[in-house]
This record gives sequence, C-alpha cells and structure tokens, in this order.
Amino acid sequence: MTTTTLTEQPAAADTGTAAPYAVRIDHVSKAFGRPGAQQHVLDDISIDVAPGEFVCLLGASGCGKSTLLNLVAGLDAPSAGGIETPGGRPALMFQEHALFPWLTAGRNIELALRLRGLPRAERRTEAERLLELVRLSGAYGKRVHELSGGMRQRVAMARALAQDSRLLLMDEPFAALDAITRDVLHDELTRIWRETGLSVLFVTHNVREAVRLAERVVLLSSRPGRIAHEWRVDIPQPRRIEDAAVADLSVEITEQLRGEIRRHGQH
Amino acid sequence: MASTETEAQSATGSGGATGAGESAATAAAGPAGAAPGGPSGDLAGLEAGLDALDAAVADRQPWLRTVATKAFPPLIAVVIVLGLWQLAYHFALKPHYLLPSPVDVGRSLQEKWLEGTLLSFVWTSVSRGALGFLASVAIGTALGLVVAQVKVVRAAIGPILSGLQSLPSVAWVPAAIIWFGLSDATIYAVVLLGAVPSIANGLVSGVDQISPLYLRAGRTLGATGLAGVRHVLLPAALPGYLAGLKQGWAFSWRSLMAAELIVNAPDLGTGLGQLLEQGRELQDMSWVLAAILLILIVGIGIELLIFAPMERHVLRSRGLLMKG
Repeated sequence: MTTTTLTEQPAAADTGTAAPYAVRIDHVSKAFGRPGAQQHVLDDISIDVAPGEFVCLLGASGCGKSTLLNLVAGLDAPSAGGIETPGGRPALMFQEHALFPWLTAGRNIELALRLRGLPRAERRTEAERLLELVRLSGAYGKRVHELSGGMRQRVAMARALAQDSRLLLMDEPFAALDAITRDVLHDELTRIWRETGLSVLFVTHNVREAVRLAERVVLLSSRPGRIAHEWRVDIPQPRRIEDAAVADLSVEITEQLRGEIRRHGQH
Repeated sequence: MASTETEAQSATGSGGATGAGESAATAAAGPAGAAPGGPSGDLAGLEAGLDALDAAVADRQPWLRTVATKAFPPLIAVVIVLGLWQLAYHFALKPHYLLPSPVDVGRSLQEKWLEGTLLSFVWTSVSRGALGFLASVAIGTALGLVVAQVKVVRAAIGPILSGLQSLPSVAWVPAAIIWFGLSDATIYAVVLLGAVPSIANGLVSGVDQISPLYLRAGRTLGATGLAGVRHVLLPAALPGYLAGLKQGWAFSWRSLMAAELIVNAPDLGTGLGQLLEQGRELQDMSWVLAAILLILIVGIGIELLIFAPMERHVLRSRGLLMKG
C-alpha cells in the first residue's frame, strides 16, 4: 500500500542540470479589471515542474487554469509573483490546432524551425523527422483542411516540438476530439514525452485524462484559483485509461473536485 | 506498484464513470488492464484507420464539365441580349443612327482594327490602369497596415478612409485638372484617389477578421514585430486583402475612364475614354457603343484572368471554397 496524495513539493530530481526546475511558478496572483472592482482569477499559486516531469493542472471551468498557462507562456503578465522558465520561451499547444491554413503541414513546422533560427538547409529534414515522430510521415505536403482532427493535433504537436523548448505547455489539447482519437493521442503523447524527456504542464478539466497522463496532478479551486490538492500518480506507464488503478484514483480526485465545485453553490 | 487502495474502490470499479465523467473509456474496459499499452503496431494501425476514415476526400471535377457548367450560362445570356438588341433594331424602336445594330458596332470595331489603332487604344488605357493600380497597391497596402495596427491612426483616419470609398472619383477630376492641368498626372491622381481607399480598407478588414488564435499561435512561435507581420498577419489577412485588391482594380478602371473622358488633350495619347469622347463629338453611335463594349470587356477580362484565379487559389488552398 502506497499513498497517493502528497502535498509537499516533489524533491527536485537532481540530474545535475543547472536549474532544478523547468518552470517555477512562484506565489503568482492574477487579477483582471480596474483597481477597486478587481476580479481575482489566480491567488498565490506556487508550482515547480521538475525537468522531465509531467504535471496536470486540473480544475473546473473558470478556475483560471488557462490563464495560468498563458502567464507561463508569456502571453500575459502576472499581477503579483514571478514565473521563471530557465529553458527560454516554452512551447504551447491549444485546444484548437491553431495551424496556419495558408501553409502545408510541413511548412507549418518549418515556420517554427525558421523562427527558432534553424538554417534553411536543415529545415526540411528536421520537419520530416518531427512528422515521423508523430507518425505522419506522409503528411508533409498536406493542407490543414485535408487532415482529420486527430492528425491536425499531431501536426500541432510536431510544430510545438519544433520550437525545441524543454517545456511543453498544453491547454486542453484533446478536448475537442472524439474518445477513440483522444485515447490514441494520449498514448502518442506519453510515448513522445518519454522519448524526448520534455517537461509537460498539461491543463485539463478531465480527471481521467489527468490520471492517465500525469506523474503529478494539481487540483485548482475556482474563483480565485488556488491550489486545493495535489496527488502523485505512481501507476506505472504505459497506463490505459480503463485501468482499474486509473479509475480508482480518478474517483478519489473527482470527489475532491466536486467538493470544490459545491462550495461555490453555498454563497 | 499499484497506487490506490481507497475504500471507494470496490463500489466503483469499472463503473467509475460516476465520477470520472469519461464516457467512452469504460466501454473499452476489460482484461486489457492486465497488459497495459498494447504493442505500438496496434496503435499505428488504429491511427491509420482513424486517419483514413476522418480525412477529407478531395475530388476535382473534370475540366470539361467545369467549362460546361461555368461558361455556358453567361454565353447564353450574352446571346439573348444580342438577340433582343437585334430585334429592337429590326423593329426600329429608335432611328438607326440612334440605335445601330450589333453588326454595325462590330463593323465599327473591325474598321478600327484594320486601321491598326484599336490595340494601341486598349494598350494606352490598360497600361495607365495597371500602372495606377500598382501605385495604389503600394500606397494602399502601407496605409492599410498602419491604420489596422496603430490605434491612434485608425481613430483619426479610419472613418475618413471608408467614407472616401463612397465618394465617386470623378468628383476629383476638376480638382486634379486645376492642380495638374491636362496631363498624365491628373489621370493618375484620379486613379490613385479612387483605388487607394478600397485597397487600404480591404487590408484593414482583412486584418480585423484574423482569428485571434493565429496571432496567439504566432506569438508563442516567436513571430513578433516584423516577422509577425510577414509570417502571420499578412498571410492571415490575405483573403480580405485580395477582395480589397479586386475592388481596387474596379475602382482604378472606373476612375481612369472618368478621367480619360474629361482630360482630353492631343499630346496625351488616346485611351478608351478618349475614344468614347471622340465618338460622342462625331455623333457616331456605333463608335460610342463599340468603345463602351471595349471598356466593359477589358474590365471583365482582367477580373476573370487575374483576380478570379488568384482568389480561387487562395480560398481553395485554405479549404474555404466549397464546390457546388
């Protein structure tokens, strides 16, 4: 019998790298609106993601999890606190594939390579390699609208990987896919994460998805978003979403999540 | 190393959907749990199946049918109009010197053709129109970009720019003549004043219609500043920009004809507008109609040969063009 809940920060896996974390979210708060009539979206959030760690941020709608991801991506600035990403600008994947429809799948990836500063001669080969990594070797010349939903997200993943960042942020990237496709992409993501050793910060409202993927699940409460609870998931990978262990932990986390949601109905 | 042994376990087993809210996963539950993560060949096969089922099937019509469905209806419409015209001529609705027959107009065109002057009239106008249009594109694009991106500039001249579109450019002709006299400069000034607002407005609305998602995606990829304009903003705005260019060409051509009609000087060279004016002075109705026809044909021809294919290509490559 091992415990699954754990509230203290994980011991930084000391691999000898310069920074002991891929991202440090340090007492971050975020409020929108003018002073006096402010809406506090995030309140004093602190999370460290270790190099190579897979962390899921879980929460109901309106808990500010996407806001937090935007802050980490540098698309917005926190009202208080600080965010450090020692590896430079993180890569970000959205719920919508956000591929550029005026470029082919391959060119979308090459644009990311170009903006990262890779010389022209190496771009084509690198794009092909990334497409192979997401198992879409034949899709280089395909237009975005010629691809299925799952293929688009795989190209989007390849484009995110093309940024060569050590930190990958994912904002409910599979929420709009059907269940079978999502299941397949869970497997792919796990495989790619293990092959590349990336750190992943993954936002979702889907408890099973979080337990299926993450080494650590962080539950946020809503309005303002605070860290409500944290679980370390010790189920060995590869997991399946239908595994009994995954289901059991999901039940436990869902109970907590429901509790968080219920609290809002009481005022 | 199994992770959980909570008291809820037995009650919720594989029916854990109560809490997990993951509908499809439970259906697939079964003995698979014992051997998690099947061989990756299975996964690849499943993916291939999903991709094949879900990907769009692109089929293109044979070109012959395309020609038949696209070219025939307008052709028939033209034949009907010519027929009605001929009937009106035949029954002499107006005296023949006021309403010549299609054949008379054709003969008038043939006469100019045999004199060898027809193409040079057309070329004079088309080259003026093209030059004026290209200058308008350069100015309109820069202006549109500034208006779209700089808030203060938009607040200051945005409304004026869209208002200018409703000002007929022929209204500029008297002013331009006073400024520049009877010269090429006058003609180009009128063309520019007619086309620049259309092109700038097209670009502005193209930029406004860009999905914010592309801008966010661009920024996370590191496309900021000029790189952002070049790699994200301009390509994303292209459909609206092309619509603006098309309208800009129409306005250039119209403005050019208005200017050529009025700005008539022997050393300016004869364009289609001047040809039209000469026909009026000579009271030669078939000459006048022939000139009008030529102006129309050039306008439509450039639209069909240049702008329509460009627009089709852009829309089709983005999956925005439905066949029907």
